[in-house]
Amino acid sequence: MDNRVRVLEVRNVTRRFGGLVAVNDMSFDVHEQEVMGLIGPNGSGKTTMMNLISGALRVSGGDIMMDDQLISDMPARHIARAGVARTFQLVRMLPTMTALENVMAGAVFGHKKLWGRALQVHAMRQLERVGMGTSAHLPTSALTYIDQKRVELARALAANPRIILLDEWLAGLNPTELRTGIELIADLRAEGRTIILVEHVMDAIRSLCDRCVVMNTGRKIAEGTPAEVLSDDEVIRAYLGDDDD
Amino acid sequence: MTRKEVIYAVLVLAAFAVLAFIPSLPNSAAVLSLVIPITMYTVLATSWALFSGPTHYISLATAAFYGVGAYMMAPALEVMPYWMVLPIAALSGALLAALVGAMTLRLSGVYFVIFTLGLAEMVRQVITWYQNNFAGTRGNYVFVDINDAQIYWQLLALALLVYLVGWLINRSRLGFAIRIIGNDELVARHSGINTARAKILLFMVSGAFAAVVGAVMTPRFVYIEPAMAFNPEVSFLVVIMALLGGVHRLWGPLVGAIPFALTWEVIASNFPAQTVLLMGIAFLLVVYYIPSGVAGIMEKVYFRARQQRREVSHG
Repeated sequence: MDNRVRVLEVRNVTRRFGGLVAVNDMSFDVHEQEVMGLIGPNGSGKTTMMNLISGALRVSGGDIMMDDQLISDMPARHIARAGVARTFQLVRMLPTMTALENVMAGAVFGHKKLWGRALQVHAMRQLERVGMGTSAHLPTSALTYIDQKRVELARALAANPRIILLDEWLAGLNPTELRTGIELIADLRAEGRTIILVEHVMDAIRSLCDRCVVMNTGRKIAEGTPAEVLSDDEVIRAYLGDDDD
Repeated sequence: MTRKEVIYAVLVLAAFAVLAFIPSLPNSAAVLSLVIPITMYTVLATSWALFSGPTHYISLATAAFYGVGAYMMAPALEVMPYWMVLPIAALSGALLAALVGAMTLRLSGVYFVIFTLGLAEMVRQVITWYQNNFAGTRGNYVFVDINDAQIYWQLLALALLVYLVGWLINRSRLGFAIRIIGNDELVARHSGINTARAKILLFMVSGAFAAVVGAVMTPRFVYIEPAMAFNPEVSFLVVIMALLGGVHRLWGPLVGAIPFALTWEVIASNFPAQTVLLMGIAFLLVVYYIPSGVAGIMEKVYFRARQQRREVSHG
């Protein structure tokens, strides 16, 4: 595994909110074309970690490097231009725009800078890819929650990112949708993208993740293949609590 | 341009061509005293909505920009011809907007509103202080040979320009960026948009127009002093008219400015002591009853009619 190219390097990253340490001295690497799962119980700091990578939040300490750029020093827009795209835990649509316009928003100012006809065609293709081609001209308020999630993924893909951050993107899907979703993410890896996903759906973690980093109360408590970390004693304790004895 | 856009452009140009003949009407002096404020407020409200419509930042700085344009006319005329003052006024308005924008546009809504309201007052006080202490006079005489018809034509040209600029912005990347920002600033930043720069650029456009309008209007007053130039009433009226008309369409503020500017002429001449009270009431009525503006209502009616027609034709 280590002979692969390292794309993202998280070194001793800490984030404090007042007295609360949401992310505490986290370090891990993400390699090219890898699906890395960031898992852990609720409130363990996974989303905060994602926000630190995407630049939504600033680190309180430590460094995040993408290739040889220090992205923890950059504003979110520069990180986006460097090739990081994301979805949000609670879907964030642009409510006064159509589905197509939402997707177009991802491909104009960032890693990809399209305009005019090329932008339309590109955005349409992303929508078709997530199975939303027929809803392109609907206002986003007319879409179901799941469809909004798809549009959000299409928006992230429209930027043609090298690294995609998916924050519980598979949550709330029914079994059929889940299978489609898992295939879609596997496809994204096959085309050379690097994916970091925060996820609670164990099926998805087992079938998708090459590696997992497990967080609990802001710290990394385990790292390895899904099978390894899911049988780790400390991980089990973090999820299920201590034995009663 | 699509065919529809060409048709619109021709219609708009034709309308402006017809409007340009108003000064040759028989009783033109009286008509001009009505159409000048209407045209003025149309330009102010439309340029205000260029920025405040998509971003939802309610700016009360119109009077500050207007005042800067109005107030610089007299001293500027001593060193340069009239026509050169206008672009310089535009530049000053844009610079002031850039300064204010850089300081405040990172702030969220309420702080921005208060700051812009205070701005006009602050500029006015600074100028008053300066004139009292160093210039020896308060106010300036504006001696320039420009009649009402010429003022009206200039305002008309500005209106045409504001529509052209608005149309160009709406189809530009800047226009798209600002719509995204107005929808969700976090998404905008994650899409690679420099949100501060986009907002400041648009605020500068808005400020430049208001400053030029101020400069163009000055010759009407002959004598101008800070209280006239930096009148907060202008800021509030512009907001009311733009909201009344609707800020989601370029033509929205127009349908607000025409009826309201007319009404305001009646109010100002018949109830000069109650203007502030009536302005407040108008503000409340607009915000409560027509939050999406006349343009919003018109569009809703139009869509409903079209939908019904479609249902009928589908049997």
